[in-house]
Amino acid sequence: MTMNTRSQVLLWGAQRISAMLLAVCVVVHLITIIYAVRNGLSAAEILGRTRGNVAWGGFYALFVAAVAIHAPIGVRNICAEFGWRGRGVDILMCVLGLTLAMWGFRAVWAVVS
Amino acid sequence: MANLQVKIWRGAEEGEFQEYEVPRLESQTVLDVVTYVQRRLDPSLAYRFACRVGVCGSCAMSVNGVSRWTCRTHVSKVAPDDKLEIAPLRNLPVIKDVVTDMSEFFDKWAKARGRFTGSKTRKDAFAEVKPESKQRKAVDAAIECIGCGVCYSACEVVTWKPDYLGPAALNRAWTLVNDVRDVAQQERLAAVAGDAGCHACHTHMACTERCPKGISPTAGIAGLKRAILSATLKGEM
Amino acid sequence: MKNDSRSRNHPAYWAFLVHRLSGVALTLFLPLHFWALGNALHGEAKLESFLRWSDQPLVKWAETILVLLLAAHMAGGVRLLMLEFVSLPGNAHEVNAWQKTLLAGAAGVSVVVGLLFLLNLI
Repeated sequence: MTMNTRSQVLLWGAQRISAMLLAVCVVVHLITIIYAVRNGLSAAEILGRTRGNVAWGGFYALFVAAVAIHAPIGVRNICAEFGWRGRGVDILMCVLGLTLAMWGFRAVWAVVS
Repeated sequence: MANLQVKIWRGAEEGEFQEYEVPRLESQTVLDVVTYVQRRLDPSLAYRFACRVGVCGSCAMSVNGVSRWTCRTHVSKVAPDDKLEIAPLRNLPVIKDVVTDMSEFFDKWAKARGRFTGSKTRKDAFAEVKPESKQRKAVDAAIECIGCGVCYSACEVVTWKPDYLGPAALNRAWTLVNDVRDVAQQERLAAVAGDAGCHACHTHMACTERCPKGISPTAGIAGLKRAILSATLKGEM
Repeated sequence: MKNDSRSRNHPAYWAFLVHRLSGVALTLFLPLHFWALGNALHGEAKLESFLRWSDQPLVKWAETILVLLLAAHMAGGVRLLMLEFVSLPGNAHEVNAWQKTLLAGAAGVSVVVGLLFLLNLI
């Protein structure tokens, strides 16, 4: 069974809107990375920045949410172009999205709490 | 001038390239070469052409791996080493030699609701469309399509998703979406939406790169994507 | 019949390839990244020991490539958003000139980010 057209359009839109959010997140992330590696990475420095910091926590949570939406839609397109379409792959993509989100939120919790 | 070494596809889906030697002439087009082969060397060669001047859109083939209109493609432009490989257009069933079955290509224009639907009668006044209006300019940029199938043949997404409507049909739909006289907009947007419609486009831009008429179907497809997303978010779809 | 690389050999297709391959690579890397950060759940020392493991030259090279891929996917993605959401200029020639400008910009940003990372690493 295939998804209805409206849902297909909404998926396309969700990938673009999450992309816009991700573009901002990735710029912030890249600047942070380059700043953070200057004197080598250390756990103390990373956690010093993130622990108890609500702003960083919120930022990373948003980042994870956006990527958990963005990536599975892209993988779904790739599957379709290799001839794998339908309900099965759609369910698998939901699982991929939820897994990424759960793993991601766990990571955020790990560095913020 | 040296002779051209020409390989032409013979057969249907299954077949092979056959080699011919064709005299190299000044200002020679690829269509001239194919015509020479058919008239002088091998009358069993099947190919299509009509106008020879870039109007009818019937002579498109794959030339050295790239989809082109052959009547206005000069040999000097595509075969600096005097070697030509001429094959049928891609993504279409081959009937014989370099002749493809274009039914599906044109059926998709119909599927994309590529026909005008008006509401006026002959008793009404002419519609006024300002030449400088945004819609009219969008139509101008896309309307000169001759239906040659080059973009459809060049498009990778058509290869990957055979039900994808393709650049030409979507470009046609875009000209009608911008036609202020048309009254079937809702149905048209619905017809070109989603995974087999404009949203399958990856902006590879092969159509824009290869269109012999200098049209950018990519631009129109992007316009459709936006129009449909906004209609969907407004709950109109 | 299908196209081969002769038909695909144009800038926007190369941009697509980079976008797709980097997208897949980043998706595969993400669970690893999340797992690594998750080490902090077991205390600072656990994360520190992972980070010391990651000091190996090979891992540093892999990180540089990942940073480059992330930058390329982001910059290439912004290019795509510009092409899809900003009304494009009329004919194929103008659209192509515009997309190549965007492509050059995206490539430039990616290289600069990759180099900055590499320079800060050393």
